[in-house]
Amino acid sequence: MILDVPLSALAAQVFTGLVLGGILVLMAVGLSLIFGLMTVVNFSHGALYMLGAYVAFTLLGVTKSFWLTLILAPLVVGTVGLIIQRFLIRPLYGRSPDDPLLLTFGLSLVLVESVKVVWGKVGLTVDPPRDLAGAVNLGFMNFPVYRLFVVAVTALVLVGLWLFLEKTNVGLVIRAGTRDPLMVRALGVDLGRIWLLVFGLGIGLAGLAGVLAGPMRGVYAEMGVEIIIECFVVVVVGGMGSLPGAIVAGLLIGEIVSLTTFFAPKMAEIVVFLVMAIVLLVRPSGLFGEAGLAE
Amino acid sequence: MRAWRAFVRWVATHPVTSLVVFFAVFPFIVPHTSLATQVLTYGLFALGFNLLYGYTGILSFGHAAYYGLGAYGTGLALAKLKIASLWGAIGIGLGAAIIGGVIAGFFCLRRRGIYFAMLTLAFAQMLYFIAFHLADITGGDDGLRGIPLHPLGLFGTSVSIRSPFAFYVFAFVLVSLAVAALKRILDSPFGAVLQAIRENPERAAACGYDVNRIKFVSFVFSAFFAGLAGALEALRLTVVPVEALYWSTSGQVVIMTLLGGAGTFFGPFVGALTFLLLEERLSRLIEWWPIVVGAIFMTFVLFLPKGIWGSFLAWVVRDASPKPPYAPVPE
Repeated sequence: MILDVPLSALAAQVFTGLVLGGILVLMAVGLSLIFGLMTVVNFSHGALYMLGAYVAFTLLGVTKSFWLTLILAPLVVGTVGLIIQRFLIRPLYGRSPDDPLLLTFGLSLVLVESVKVVWGKVGLTVDPPRDLAGAVNLGFMNFPVYRLFVVAVTALVLVGLWLFLEKTNVGLVIRAGTRDPLMVRALGVDLGRIWLLVFGLGIGLAGLAGVLAGPMRGVYAEMGVEIIIECFVVVVVGGMGSLPGAIVAGLLIGEIVSLTTFFAPKMAEIVVFLVMAIVLLVRPSGLFGEAGLAE
Repeated sequence: MRAWRAFVRWVATHPVTSLVVFFAVFPFIVPHTSLATQVLTYGLFALGFNLLYGYTGILSFGHAAYYGLGAYGTGLALAKLKIASLWGAIGIGLGAAIIGGVIAGFFCLRRRGIYFAMLTLAFAQMLYFIAFHLADITGGDDGLRGIPLHPLGLFGTSVSIRSPFAFYVFAFVLVSLAVAALKRILDSPFGAVLQAIRENPERAAACGYDVNRIKFVSFVFSAFFAGLAGALEALRLTVVPVEALYWSTSGQVVIMTLLGGAGTFFGPFVGALTFLLLEERLSRLIEWWPIVVGAIFMTFVLFLPKGIWGSFLAWVVRDASPKPPYAPVPE
């Protein structure tokens, strides 16, 4: 017993924090990857997360298969990401880093309203798939299977991403492009295609996060804006452009939100920002960040 | 043709006089006075934002914070503290906005560039959630209601500003003073350093200027103007909706300033007018008008980054030959 709270309830809350953290990590990793490579802060990342959830809703109706949706919806959203990169972000190369931020802010408005036109203003509910319904007994508490599944998918995706970046040639180019784009170009690599690929990948991850979040948090037009601000906090705390930073800070913020919701519900949204203020005072470049990227 | 161009140049080089003349006739050419007042207050808000973004070159995505603090400060002073003087209440609103600007500036200016944008956004959202949850004081989700609009104490007499036109005149005087103050700031050596920082912060630092401190002062000035705009809106509506602090308000001022032309003197007002007219006309015709606004905004970022007024000015002075490479831009 801590503060008169049964330990099992506390453990459940820690687990919930892990799930929320997982969603934040999927978002922040994409945001950070895109930023690290092309110094673009994608404001529409949240809106594309929301689009992922809506696309999944429709695909579920069409395919009747959660597993197919889980693969198809991120691909659809990732394709939208490719189009955005090619036609909206590319013309802004060489302009101030503020400009892509402003542009994607406008895009975010357009996406949120378009979704309301297509799917209606009222939020939708998505049931977790039947295979993953119910709860599992972890020995000291019961926990919904679907949430465990979300944590597992997040972990799998992160391992896959790590293998992709560390063990493949494309991953090598991506890492090199983050360090020194000029040198990579001088060596004859077409970075434009790498940028396109990474943008699509990051947006696809946002879409996946949206698909996963739908059955837990519901599907509604404002869900993206709510999460994008938390994601900004995550990348500021973790250090923009740093993948380990995105992971550690994502889990940290997830736990902080979850535990504050438990002990002092009204403080949950505020505490996140206080944590950010403290990190800024102690380590202005974030936990894992290097100062200087696009500053 | 030449006379016309000379006229535009005169307008651009005498911004305060031009704006005062324009807003003196403005309420008689728009459909209703409250729209005119809104253009004044939102223009003032955008003007404060423009001082920071357009002239100092730092993008804040959280100007709703100072606008909201000005509005809540003024509203709470009148509705809860029962302050009888409008001037006193506005003063409290401005004080709140300045304190907010000082605190946020201290934290947010620890990072530059897009980090700064994200941090200001986060700070504003924090205030939004605080206002949302402190429902006993702020009214929470319902907004702060019941703000009494007392007669305005003026040189020993008191004047009622309840009628829309009287309120317009009141706002017109305050906004004119603010515009004159901004002009004074920009024309001072301090204003020159702001623009030097926008063009090249490293060089400004190498010239011996304390770049961070100057940015901080610019930030607080900007918060002051935004706070004044918030205070005026609180009095105009006699309500402070909690959305005043929401990120969408910050987004609106960004859109207005960029539509009009960041870094130009008239840009914020041109942008506020365009945005509010679009909003008023479109929202009646189509339910999904924000899509149109968003698309227009994206078009401007992509193809017309100077905005309406900035592009217009560039077009007017396009062939003013012969031009030295370092020719000062009008305004």
